[in-house]
Amino acid sequence: MFVTYLVRELRRRKRQASFIALGLAVGIGLVITVTAASAGVKNAQSTVLHSLYGVGTDITVTTAPSQGSGGPFGFRVRGRAPTSGARPKAGQKFSRDVLVTGALGTLKSSAVTQIAQTQNVTAAAGALSATDLSISGKVPTNTGGGGFGGGGGFGGGGGGGPTSIKTNTFAVLGVDTSAGRVGPLSSDKIASGRTFTAAEANSNVALLDANYARQHKLATGSKITVGSATFTVIGTVAEPQGGTTTDAYIPLQRAQSLAGMTGQVNTIYVAAASAADITAVQQAIQAQLPKATVTTSSDLASQITGSLSSASSLAGSLGKWLAIVVLIAAFAMASLLTMAAVSRRVREFGTLKALGWRSRRIVGQVMGETLVIGVVGGAAGIALGYAGAALVSKFVGPLSATPGQSPGSASPGFGPPGGGRSGGGGGFGGGFRRLANDAGKTILVHLNAPVTVGVIVLAVLLAVAGGLIAGTFGGWRAARLRPAAALAQIQ
Amino acid sequence: MYQLTGVTKTYKKGRETVEALRGVDLTIEDREWLAIQGPTGHGKSTLLQILGGLDKPTSGSAVLDGQDLARLREGQVTKVRATSIGFIFQTFNLIPTLSAQENVEAALVPQHIHPAQRRAWAAQSLIDVGLGDRLRHLPSELSGGQQQRVAIARALVKKPSVLLADEPTGNLDEGTRDEIIALLEKLWKDLGLTMVLVTHDTPVARRAQRVGLMRDGRLSIEQDTRGAHQATVPAGQAGPGSQSPQP
Repeated sequence: MFVTYLVRELRRRKRQASFIALGLAVGIGLVITVTAASAGVKNAQSTVLHSLYGVGTDITVTTAPSQGSGGPFGFRVRGRAPTSGARPKAGQKFSRDVLVTGALGTLKSSAVTQIAQTQNVTAAAGALSATDLSISGKVPTNTGGGGFGGGGGFGGGGGGGPTSIKTNTFAVLGVDTSAGRVGPLSSDKIASGRTFTAAEANSNVALLDANYARQHKLATGSKITVGSATFTVIGTVAEPQGGTTTDAYIPLQRAQSLAGMTGQVNTIYVAAASAADITAVQQAIQAQLPKATVTTSSDLASQITGSLSSASSLAGSLGKWLAIVVLIAAFAMASLLTMAAVSRRVREFGTLKALGWRSRRIVGQVMGETLVIGVVGGAAGIALGYAGAALVSKFVGPLSATPGQSPGSASPGFGPPGGGRSGGGGGFGGGFRRLANDAGKTILVHLNAPVTVGVIVLAVLLAVAGGLIAGTFGGWRAARLRPAAALAQIQ
Repeated sequence: MYQLTGVTKTYKKGRETVEALRGVDLTIEDREWLAIQGPTGHGKSTLLQILGGLDKPTSGSAVLDGQDLARLREGQVTKVRATSIGFIFQTFNLIPTLSAQENVEAALVPQHIHPAQRRAWAAQSLIDVGLGDRLRHLPSELSGGQQQRVAIARALVKKPSVLLADEPTGNLDEGTRDEIIALLEKLWKDLGLTMVLVTHDTPVARRAQRVGLMRDGRLSIEQDTRGAHQATVPAGQAGPGSQSPQP
């Protein structure tokens, strides 16, 4: 009887029931779409952050370089020095390949151990970001105003004959070969070959970015020169779209040795025990290393600008509130229409009470009807939500994310050049800008709005809630009916 | 048996206080047929609702088989309605979305009877009122007389001891009215019902054992033929002077 009565009643007022269900469907569909879009934006942010940061990294520790501390543009290159005490002769051929650092200040490797022992830190790994610079050519015949010192620089300041000098640079990152869970390599997938083993901490082996390898026709087994040393490529890694600009990864110890920075790193990647511990860990590290810049992923996220940031704000504010408002409107409409329907059925409910139906049975009947409407609306809402999420995924183009620039930024390579550019008015042109280029570099990420099981469960709960709320109001109205009054109204 | 003692009913209508019943004393014996007449708005339906436990008196008592309906909790009164009292209304009050059989079944729902049994009883009840071939019909597919027969079947399917009818022929033409009254009279006799029938229609009222007149909330017994109840005759053939009382 319950089901028969319910179905017949809904069939009788199918237009009104459809209208209520549609209202709920729109509200729930919007909630799903906004939630999916929001999740998509979060995923996109994670993709960006992970590409910069490495999966599992919650905090990075860096320091700003001290003023004049040897930026890359001076010729205070570490490693082999130019001919000691003598200026090169004009027309003399030369060829140099050095590994230089400087965009970030340095930290002692012991700081990694110190941080690893901090409470609620599960892993810490150091890395050394550097640039391999190779220069070859002939010493210019007219060196006036230029030279390798501070005043000028290659290609700048009136140095002679830039065409006679060739430069080539690529970004190198020395990574801890034993740090699997945390660090810049943790977000990369091995595209070919293999990754490092812990035993290769001091070996001349390298991993290349897959794109870099393709552009330079390098593959597993190829040889590359890093800081005058020859490395064997053991694999290539596929970085997330628009990921970091690291071209080659080599073991940290080798990078330190080649850059003349033994026992030093310029970025420490830290994983906290849980998201709730990040702030405490950040504060603890800051207390241990007062001069360091300790940056969390949320700090980094806040520095990201571009359409990804706009989409995040849109999903987080306008979308959320729009969904809430529409949902409340749908619930209110469902409740009002249900109450109106109950009012029109006064005679019916009065009769049922006269027949001996208890109020709770009548309330149950009303709630059953609204619950079915809610579930139908929920199902339609899920379909609408899927469609909305699909439309968002299809029609929202790639989002751009531009990491911000802040002194001593934690992101590897994202900080400003700091004390670099001591080369004065000159400079090496394109190659050296790489160190500073990650800051301000625009990363493109595709927005995929996923409809998760959690969202479906949320939709079902909302549908049930919508039905129950409407049913509660309608049932309350029905329960308050005195049978005599209900019957008197129509007689 | 009903025993009403000093029943009053007042209610607010805007700023006015309306006294619908002013101290009604009434005893209705088991298996008695009482008709109540009176002008509109003088308390007939209010009295019927108090008899049916649909409303509570402001003061006084309305005892049915030893239970004071005025003092029982709502759940208990509901139970009394579900088991002991059948209602018939002027406008039939059938559920429009349910078939004739399902409407009759609705009266058995509170008794938690097995659905198959319920359907069987409902069908039999409809057969008893001459609608064995209309079980699946919706109310909108039935004539006024047939709808009232369904309402009678619904009122009687649970085998109540009391049948309360509020203007059961008010919406019917004369011929159908006679059929319905004849049916009610037959069922009253066959089932041994206590029947209280509110009507404007004097020919209908005069077929009852007793006729009470409600005026200004007071009840007076105008006719009592208990022990000498006339033979069943069509209501339309009642004698002269059978005009309905005017308000």
